[in-house]
Amino acid sequence: MSQLQEHLMSAESTGNEPDISPAVEAVSSRPVFSLKNLEVHYGAFRAVGDVSLDIREKEITAFIGPSGCGKSTVLRCLNRMNDVIPSARVGGEVLYHGVNLYGEGISPTEVRRRIGMVFQKPNPFPKSIYDNVAFGPRVNGVKSKAKLDDIVEKALRGAALWDEVNTRLKASGLGLSGGQQQRLCIARAIAVEPEVILMDEPCSALDPIATARVEDLMLEMKSRYTIVIVTHNMQQAARVSDRTAFFTTEVNPESDRRTGRLVEFDATQKMFSMPSDERTEAYVTGRFG
Amino acid sequence: MSTMMSDQSTAQVLEDLRPKRSWRQARSNIMVMLMGLAALVIVVPLVFVIGSVISRGAGVVFRDFPSFFTKKIPIKSEDIGPGMGPAIVGTMLITGFATLVAVPLGILGAVYLHEYGGTTKLSKLIRFLATVMTGVPSIVMGLFIYVIFTLRFGLSGVGGALALACLMLPVVIRATEEMLRLVPGNLREASYALGTSKSRTILTVVLPSALPGIVSGCLLAVARAAGETAPLLFTIGAARAVQGNIFKGANTALPAQIFENAKSLFPGAQERGWGAALTLVGIAFLFTLTARIVSSAYQKRR
Ligand SMILES: Nc1ncnc2c1ncn2[C@@H]1O[C@H](COP(=O)(O)OP(=O)(O)O)[C@@H](O)[C@H]1O
Ligand SMILES: [Mg+2]
Repeated sequence: MSQLQEHLMSAESTGNEPDISPAVEAVSSRPVFSLKNLEVHYGAFRAVGDVSLDIREKEITAFIGPSGCGKSTVLRCLNRMNDVIPSARVGGEVLYHGVNLYGEGISPTEVRRRIGMVFQKPNPFPKSIYDNVAFGPRVNGVKSKAKLDDIVEKALRGAALWDEVNTRLKASGLGLSGGQQQRLCIARAIAVEPEVILMDEPCSALDPIATARVEDLMLEMKSRYTIVIVTHNMQQAARVSDRTAFFTTEVNPESDRRTGRLVEFDATQKMFSMPSDERTEAYVTGRFG
Repeated sequence: MSTMMSDQSTAQVLEDLRPKRSWRQARSNIMVMLMGLAALVIVVPLVFVIGSVISRGAGVVFRDFPSFFTKKIPIKSEDIGPGMGPAIVGTMLITGFATLVAVPLGILGAVYLHEYGGTTKLSKLIRFLATVMTGVPSIVMGLFIYVIFTLRFGLSGVGGALALACLMLPVVIRATEEMLRLVPGNLREASYALGTSKSRTILTVVLPSALPGIVSGCLLAVARAAGETAPLLFTIGAARAVQGNIFKGANTALPAQIFENAKSLFPGAQERGWGAALTLVGIAFLFTLTARIVSSAYQKRR
């Protein structure tokens, strides 16, 4: 059993940093996730199937495709958020540094401490800005006020929100604008120092200026985090991501329900300039969607 | 030519947009009037009840203010004058103890039903029984406690409190579950995504956001229970003195005193009955008002 596996299985956080640095520091970017024949059912409905891809460290990977093709479903497999949905069943493997997240004895709670998530609709808690950001660290057992102050400031700076809110940390998070709320959610996610941040259409509820700020922020965060972003906005994928996965739906022959499939996965530049699959080409050039 | 056309059509449009006198319009007016009448009919008995309680009770309460609230109940019913002190203390002790039993139990039960029970057979059964319990007449609840408790341990404040708690319990469960249902799912998701366990999420996210609603639901249940008479008659008796120790001996409370004094033929006793009625209405009103304030503070915060 690897050390990582052990760490993910322990219900209590041990407090000491896990050693996940690779023995060989040669390759610039190694896979953080390897999906192998991932498939997800909701009840009897096969929402997405046959997804195999690698997500590399400190890169931004984008999932694009028409709505309903299973982008969110696949994303939510990466931190076991699908466990929250009673009808969801996951098949195949989600290897995280070689450990199957759906293997026996893996604690979803531990998984989510290392793999954070930002949602489509900004969802700050009805608490103060400070308490929103401090929430995760407190759950992890940080009690000292000075330490919390420090973490909150760092996270808010990391989310490019500090300058706008540092005078009103005690004000409610719900009083912020939509874009600020989303950056607050990003700050809340990075306050627990995750390795990976999953973002499910983080800008779809934001205006273009707020969107641009969040995109800038993502590019800035790339040096420290591995980011996976779902977007239905192809320009956004082209602007921010290093690699792009294009999903689409296929009609099942036996029923008329649609199952999502991964069509193509490649460097973003290649996906948008000379994709190998004609369905990708049709989608990125706007002839289909 | 073209201006002519546009003038004509403007006039026509204006005509079209005017209200039409039609049967439909008339019918609508009649229905609105009927509904207004219904609303009025609802308010009339309320106004009369409050009006008569105030007109007969206020004189009594304020003639001997504040000693009506503090003095002992006269030993002899024919005596005229204050007070209702023991009954007020009794109501507070008994309702307080009932709250202490029913509120934690009800909230814990509701959290289990909503957060853990889900749609299992057991929780469906419990939910169904809670609904049935809401419909059990209070006198039956009193009889129940009488049979299983009072017959064994004698009259005592606790017996009354248990009967009241049984009446409050389903109300607290329903109110709490309703409030838990209103907590948006995306808040739970946000908490889970930070690596928070389910129990911790319930404690730190779900319950705090539902708390104001739960508090106001519980206050309404308390106000309701404070006025119950029937279950108390079986279980606490209607003594004239309050028992500091609610675990032993007959006790007293406002509703029981209202009942006893209203039956009395002596004007002094009847007066005290009205005074007690006004006091009870005042207490219930305070609780209801607090519930409204708490829940409106909640609305504003959202
Ligand atoms: N909680 C759920 N229960 C049942 N079906 C779901 C649920 N969530 C998503 N689906 C279905 O799974 C498919 C993929 O959904 P989703 O992953 O949300 O797509 P996308 O994010 O690409 O728009 C859709 O057909 C959707 O209806
Ligand atoms: Mg989606």
